[in-house]
Amino acid sequence: MKVALFIPCYIDQFYPHVAKATLELLEKLGCDVSYPMDQTCCGQPMANSGFERETVGTTKQFLETFKDFDFIVAPSGSCVLHVKEHQPKIERQEAEQKEIQHKVYELSEFLIDILKIGTIKGSFPHKIGFHSSCHGQRGLRLSSSSELNEKPFNKAKDLFAGIQGLEVVELTRKDECCGFGGTFAVTEEALSIQMGKDRLSDHLAHQVEIICGGDTSCLMHLQGIAERNNKPVKFMHLAEILNQAIS
Amino acid sequence: MSHPNQAANFLKDEKRAHWHDETLWFVREKRDISSKGIPEWEELRKLASGIKDHVLSKLDYYLEELEKTASANGIKVHWAKDAAEHNEIVLSILQEKKCKAIVKSKSILTEECHLNPFLEKHGVEVVDTDLGERIVQFLNQPPSHIVLPAIHLKKRDISEIFHEKLQTEKGNEDPAYLTNAARIHLRDKFMKAKVAITGVNFAIPETGEFVVCTNEGNADMGVHLADVHIACMGIEKIIPKREHLGVFLRLLARSATGQSITNYNSHFRSPAPGKEIHLILVDNGRTEQLSREKFKNSLKCIRCGACMNTCPIYRRSGGYSYGSTVPGPIGSILSPGIDVKKYSTLPFASTLCGSCSDVCPVKINIHEQLYEWRQEITKAQGWSAKEMSMKMANGIFKSPLAYKVSGKVLRATLKTLPDSLIYNPLNAWGKGRNVPEVPKESFKEWYQKNRS
Repeated sequence: MKVALFIPCYIDQFYPHVAKATLELLEKLGCDVSYPMDQTCCGQPMANSGFERETVGTTKQFLETFKDFDFIVAPSGSCVLHVKEHQPKIERQEAEQKEIQHKVYELSEFLIDILKIGTIKGSFPHKIGFHSSCHGQRGLRLSSSSELNEKPFNKAKDLFAGIQGLEVVELTRKDECCGFGGTFAVTEEALSIQMGKDRLSDHLAHQVEIICGGDTSCLMHLQGIAERNNKPVKFMHLAEILNQAIS
Repeated sequence: MSHPNQAANFLKDEKRAHWHDETLWFVREKRDISSKGIPEWEELRKLASGIKDHVLSKLDYYLEELEKTASANGIKVHWAKDAAEHNEIVLSILQEKKCKAIVKSKSILTEECHLNPFLEKHGVEVVDTDLGERIVQFLNQPPSHIVLPAIHLKKRDISEIFHEKLQTEKGNEDPAYLTNAARIHLRDKFMKAKVAITGVNFAIPETGEFVVCTNEGNADMGVHLADVHIACMGIEKIIPKREHLGVFLRLLARSATGQSITNYNSHFRSPAPGKEIHLILVDNGRTEQLSREKFKNSLKCIRCGACMNTCPIYRRSGGYSYGSTVPGPIGSILSPGIDVKKYSTLPFASTLCGSCSDVCPVKINIHEQLYEWRQEITKAQGWSAKEMSMKMANGIFKSPLAYKVSGKVLRATLKTLPDSLIYNPLNAWGKGRNVPEVPKESFKEWYQKNRS
């Protein structure tokens, strides 16, 4: 099984440890992982700002880089959703593009749905809050949505279930947005900060040591606010916790 | 109109903004409990969505059917292509009846058409009879929410308004006392009005009737006391058959407030002897919206307001921050269709979190349409500094080398810049947030050194 690691640009530049944890975790689980060196960005920041049409070059680059792999795995729900739904159609490469949209996976869904590992066995004695990113949750359906009348599920929490000592708190507002939203974070700065503060308060009210999530972008925003306000809480990506916990 | 500025303004009073957020979240939670009490909830949403899709695909047919059946029942049907025509039709009926004072209930459409100022200009006294509407009317404000028009006001504010307008005791904030004062005040208006105006929730071509859903019963009170009933409806309010109410009435109130059903679901089919019913079918941009493939299904909206209650932006910026008759997520996909320039910031007033689409009882893909409007708006706005930077970004991301070099430069710059520059007031990221710590090498660099 040839697995390509797709590392979103901001993780590559600012959070290399998240990328390393993803790589190590997948290797520990027996995958043959490679990181195609020519990858750049999926184009999401531009498209969400209303410039999807300007991302044709970026999208072609993405297709060229990843087309020969069986699976493409990224530690980000948001970037995966973008590849699946919002990359512009590339003429004469429709078939390849369609195929890629079906073989790109967010980390937790790859572990649960493709590797079918059920859960991770190991130990991580900490109390954490899990932040479901909206694109992962309502876009990729990695967990049930509180608006829908459906049976509750959460792929990340399934992975946590076999980890000893790990306590995941139940938040008051289970799945409210943190207010990052890409360029929203700067164009609607005041709202973005207020939403982040509110999300942070919910976690802190439940005395979590660590806020964990599947999208580093949300965590970057929340961490920035926590640090500015001297809140004593750590931030870890899902891949980091699983990689540390696994035995 | 700039949503970011309005939102920042609203958030200045952090305590009040927090109260607004909690108040609407409370309504959202009531909606959750109520909707989860019905096992077939998702099935109902699918049905409702399908019925509305069907109606929109044959709207011309159903509208003509409605005209036929309603006319046969003795209802006078009028067609208005825009707000101006709608207002003229209302005025002409009032003039014919020599009516100088009317009562009104449950009509966001008349807000959309700015009927009140138009009639007042022509010497007609208009009284909104629903409590929330009456309160904002006293303040000369539009509703801030389509179902809860005065949700932005606290009991204390209302006590002050009533003290001034209805001479209630100063400082008395007891809801029962204040409501009673409004009731006495409105009774007088009801008794005097010869014409009553209502909105329409559902119009049914099968039977030629229309249905108005209310909680306070003012629509009925107004209509029964008046000689003439004018009902104003957007042309999208049609459901084909009466039996379809079994789907929509179950969804509407649960989505709006968490009630299992609205208190009054009044069917109007034909005028009582000696009385008149007028039904005005209003287009006002709806046909144009119907012609836009990506946006037409926004017309499925049944105006429950659930997307407002669930929206983390709306709850923290208030209805007025949108500057449009219908605020919130649904307003942000309807309003640009009316004036793309004026409402250009609205589709960006979202993180695209998708909660609106999941809460919507008729399954409008609201957040996807917000994304699509962004694409349209940047095209309509033409060349801009933002577009320039996007073109540059694409230039960087389509070339692995350019990406590597610019990433390196960016990290080096962030590392060497003094904090005073990073946290400059012009840098919106750094105003309320720290920037991430800069690692010594990117993952790509690490991988090249250690793995390849």
